[in-house]
Parts: sequence; structure tokens; C-alpha cells
Amino acid sequence: MSFLRLSGVSKKHGRQSILRDIDLSVSEGEFVAIVGYSGQGKTTLMSLIAGLARPDEGSITLEGNPVTGPGPERGLVFQNYSLLPWLSVRENIALAVDTVFPAWSAAERDAHVDKYIAMVKLSHAADRRPRQLSGGMRQRVSVARTLAMQPRILLLDEPLSALDALTRAKLQDEFADIHRTTGATVVLITNSVDEALLLADRVIPLTLGPGATLAAPVAVDLPRPRDRLALNHDPRFKRLRADITATLLGFNAARTTTLTRKLVLPDILPEDLDQPRVNRPPRRLSEEKREIVSVS
Amino acid sequence: MTALLKTCDALGFTWFIPFIRLARRENPNEQFRQILVNLGVPLLAVLLFLGAWSWVARNVEVSFGAIPGPVAVWQEAGNLWKDHVAERDKEKAFYVRQAERKAAHVTKTPDKPWVERTYAGKPTFIDQIFTSLKTVFAGFLVASLIAVPVGILCGLSNVINIACTPFIQIFKPVSPLAWLPIVMILVSALYNPTDPWFEKSFISSALTVALCSLWPTLINTSLGVAQIDNDYLNVARVLRLGWWKKITKIVLPSALPLIFTGLRLSLGVGWMVLIAAEMLAQNPGLGKFVWDMFQNGSSQTLAQIMVAVFTIGFVGFALDRAMMSLQRAVSFDANSIR
Ligand SMILES: Nc1ncnc2c1ncn2[C@@H]1O[C@H](COP(=O)(O)OP(=O)(O)OP(=O)(O)O)[C@@H](O)[C@H]1O
Ligand SMILES: [Mg+2]
Repeated sequence: MSFLRLSGVSKKHGRQSILRDIDLSVSEGEFVAIVGYSGQGKTTLMSLIAGLARPDEGSITLEGNPVTGPGPERGLVFQNYSLLPWLSVRENIALAVDTVFPAWSAAERDAHVDKYIAMVKLSHAADRRPRQLSGGMRQRVSVARTLAMQPRILLLDEPLSALDALTRAKLQDEFADIHRTTGATVVLITNSVDEALLLADRVIPLTLGPGATLAAPVAVDLPRPRDRLALNHDPRFKRLRADITATLLGFNAARTTTLTRKLVLPDILPEDLDQPRVNRPPRRLSEEKREIVSVS
Repeated sequence: MTALLKTCDALGFTWFIPFIRLARRENPNEQFRQILVNLGVPLLAVLLFLGAWSWVARNVEVSFGAIPGPVAVWQEAGNLWKDHVAERDKEKAFYVRQAERKAAHVTKTPDKPWVERTYAGKPTFIDQIFTSLKTVFAGFLVASLIAVPVGILCGLSNVINIACTPFIQIFKPVSPLAWLPIVMILVSALYNPTDPWFEKSFISSALTVALCSLWPTLINTSLGVAQIDNDYLNVARVLRLGWWKKITKIVLPSALPLIFTGLRLSLGVGWMVLIAAEMLAQNPGLGKFVWDMFQNGSSQTLAQIMVAVFTIGFVGFALDRAMMSLQRAVSFDANSIR
């Protein structure tokens, strides 16, 4: 039986259809990546799974129970971190821990918070406010906060897209580690095919909106742990990447071929308004004389 | 040194900062320029104002006599201070005398009970300032205790907000002079304890202040709460925070800067309203002082009223500065407040 299941889910914003006919089933411990273009409804899909929004049609179940609202068993790492700026790193995480584990003793909760701060290597910055952290550090706090709630499933919404390549690579390795050591079920949303292939067991492209839906999933049968550098030369990886990229580009091509007319610009060049204009004919692109000077 | 800089910045004494930097020999030319602009220009403006005032004073006559110039007003301020000191001395002397009399009474007629008396001198100008401050803070406190919770409710619930909007719109522009009679009538009807803690006039003016200064806090609080980033509320939803925790951990901290903007405005309004309320309610305080002076119509009247005007201005300014420092201290984004 599948752990997380979406069947026939669709969502509209006003009259605009964002998602339609989404069918997805994720088994326990699986790492699924959803790749798609920006603005096509990835975050919308994530908030549906998280329970922050309700689908217009279809159903979402986690371990057989219908999802009717948000809850800590579905740990969502928000696309924009959503750390509370008036709380320090420790307080941000402690707020989550205190709320999710009210039965624990204060000492247990403190130890739990410290453990997760250490896990994302932020012990030295535990008392800083989010404003005093770099983007990558904020992202790690956000991940630590979510992991500390010990969710049944981890929902990562483009967690790394705002980061530079180096930090991104480091955090990708951390995600792989977390998945390997905790055996967590993960749904990752990303716009990077490489990232998806590096981390996921299955990659599912999201088609273009309005009314985006999930395309056929691609199983990633690369052995773990996966090494970024070695992957680049792995023919299976290259083939998968080419396939998925082609699928994604295919969505676009299907749309762009509908453009039938080409606009022709008028044959005129901009005027320099600082020059007095005395009976000067307009400058034309076709009459412009150009000299090409090549610099070695 | 850096700590000193931070304190100056927190208290809003930005004009003082170049002096500290100068003492540290940080880019002297720039600091001199800063001092010239930040201090020289206001100083020049004040001098111009004083000059114009003296000119008007010398050339305009009113029924009380000549309009007092800056020097006369300054001397009058000195007189008021002297009066205050003299009054305090009298009070001390009174209690010394009473103690002596009591000792004599107890030795001479031990069977008769001794009646202690309190000094009943008239309040001085300085006393009036403190009475006014007490009244304005009482009114401000009442206003805040009502406005912040109601504002939070309005910000959280659209229905409550819509329900409150007509009242806010209609009562906000009402002048204190219109509220005061109603408040006074209600207070004298409802507040009749045998052993009153507060004077009726005090309660009337404090409540009038509260009624008029409620609105900025109410509006800003509800605005601050309504503007909370949806992401923060989503965090609360994912964590399934309880109602109280949601208010204290998410709603209040994120609305705090705007709440304090409202409180700062409210205190300003309250201080302005208070003077009018005191005049009418005959509650001891600066307003009554001004009114009494006006009724006196002596040759010093105008000078004394002008001292009162400047005092009101300076106290209002000090209150605003204090609120601003507080506002900075509590908000997580301190740099945004000027
Ligand atoms: N609250 C809303 N009201 C109306 N339209 C919305 C709302 N939220 C999202 N949309 C629309 O839904 C579409 C999908 O938005 P969504 O945030 O899910 O995209 P995304 O795939 O996550 O994009 P990105 O990669 O940039 O994060 C967009 O066209 C957006 O304009
Ligand atoms: Mg998104």
C-alpha cells in the first residue's frame, strides 16, 4: 500500500486552473523528485500535500488517512524558509519542538533542539537571528526545524534554488545523508534535473500550466551513495538527464510552435534628443553604415 | 565608544553622533560638515525665530500690556521655579511646625486625640506638570489596554474588523471637547465611592484622553496584525500552534513595530487632548494652569502661558522620544524606525 497517495487531485485559483488530474503515490522511505518550470504550480502542489490548501477535486491520503489540514507529521520546508525573524535559530527550532512534543521534559527538548542544530552544523550560530545568517544557513535552520519535528514525510519545496552552486552541492549531500541515515520519505520539488537525479529514486516532470499535471515518472536506478563527479561520466546518468530534459523541453516546444506570425519592426533608429533636430531625416537601420573592428 | 554610539542612536540623539566620531578622529572633515548641518542649521533657525519673536514683542500691544519677549518668558520660567522651591520650603516648614505642635499637644493634653493635617498649599507649576503626566499616562494606559486587544481581534478576523470599522470611522474624528461633558456626566453618575482613590476630575480627563488616543493604536494594531506575512501564519498552522501561542509567538511579535507606532501616535494625541480636557474639567494640571492664568489677567499672564506652552511642547517631545526608543528596543527590525 502506498504511504502517500494523491488521486485525481485538481486545484484552481479563482477560475484559473493550476493543477489537474494529479495522481501520485509514494511508498514509505522513497525519495521522489518533482521537476518543473517556474510558476507552473509546484508550490501549489506542495501546499496541497502539506494541507495548507484544500484540493478542489480528488483526495490526498497519508498512510490511509485523508489529509484535511496542516500538521507536524508532514514536515514542510518552505520555499522561502519562513523563519520567524524575531526568534533566534535556537528559539525557532525550540518553538517547533515545544509544540510538537509537549509531553517531553524541558531537558529532553533542549537536548533535542541542540541535536538538530548540530546536525545542520549551526551550533556556533545558535543564538543569532535569521537576519544575521546567510541564505544557506537560513535554509539549514529551516531544514533543522522541520527535521526536529520528526515528520513522517519530508516535503522540500525548492529548498536550494536560492543558493550558490557550492552551498547547494553541500546541502544536497546533507539531504542525501539525512535520507540514508533516517530512512525518511521525501518529496523534493526542484527545477534542476541534476539535483533530482542526484537525490531521488524517482523523478516526475510536471507539465506546463495552466492545468499542469504530472508526466510519466522516470525511475532512477543509479546506485547509492551517488557521487556528483562520478555521475557526470556515468552513461546511465547522462541518458536519464537527456530523457528528462527532452521531456521538459518537449512541453515548451509543444507550446511555442503555436506562434505563427513574426512581428516586423519599423525600419527606424532611435533619435539622439540632445542634438538639435533641424530638418534631419529619420535614421534607418537599413541605411546605417557599420564598420566591424575586430579586437584580438 | 561603540556602545556610546549605539546608545545615542537608540535614544535618537543622532546629532550627537558626529561629536563622538570626531573624538575618535574618524574622518574629521565629514564630521564637521555633519555637525554644521545637524546642529548649525536648527540653531540658526531657532535664532531667527527668537529674533522675529523679539521684534513682534517690541511692536505689538495687547490688552494685558506688551507681548513678552524671549527674555521676559525666560525670566518668568525662573520665577515659576522659584515659586516652586519657595512652596516646598513652606511645606517643609509646615510639617516641622506641626511636629512641634504635636509634641507639645501630647505632653500638655494627652487625653485629647491629635488631628494630623496635610499641607494645603496651592500646587506649583512643577506640580502641575507632574499631575498632567500622571493623568496622561493613566488615560494612555486605559487606551492601550482597550486598543491593543481589540486591534488584534480586528486584525485577525475580518468579520470583527468590518463590525468595528463604522465605530472607528465615526468616533475617531470626535474632538475631546465633545467627549468631555459626556464623560463628566457619566463619571459623576457612576463613580461615587465614599473613600475615593481618585478625584472625579482626574478620572474624567484621563478617560477623555483614553477615548481620544485609542484610535491610532487600534488602527495600527489591526493593520499590523492583518499584514502579517502569510508564511508566518502557515508556520503556525503546520505546527498546529494553539490560539494563545499563536498570538504571543507569531502575531504579537510581528505586529509589534506597528503596535508601537500606534502607541507613539496615541501618546502624542493624548498629551494634546489632555491640555484641553484639563482646562474644561478643571482637573489640576498644565491645562488648568493655563486657564487660571488666562482668568487672572495680570501683567505676567502672557509670559506664564508662554512658559506653559513651551513646557507642553518640550514634554510632548520628550514623550515622543521615549516612545521611539521603546519602539526600537522592542522591534526586531530596529533600523526601520526614525
Ligand atoms: N494565492 C494565489 N492566488 C492566485 N493565483 C495564485 C496563487 N498562488 C499561486 N497562484 C498562481 O499559481 C501558479 C502556480 O504558482 P506556484 O507558486 O505553485 O508556482 P511554482 O511552480 O511553485 O513556481 P516557482 O518555481 O516560481 O516557485 C502561478 O501562476 C501563480 O500565479
Ligand atoms: Mg514555488
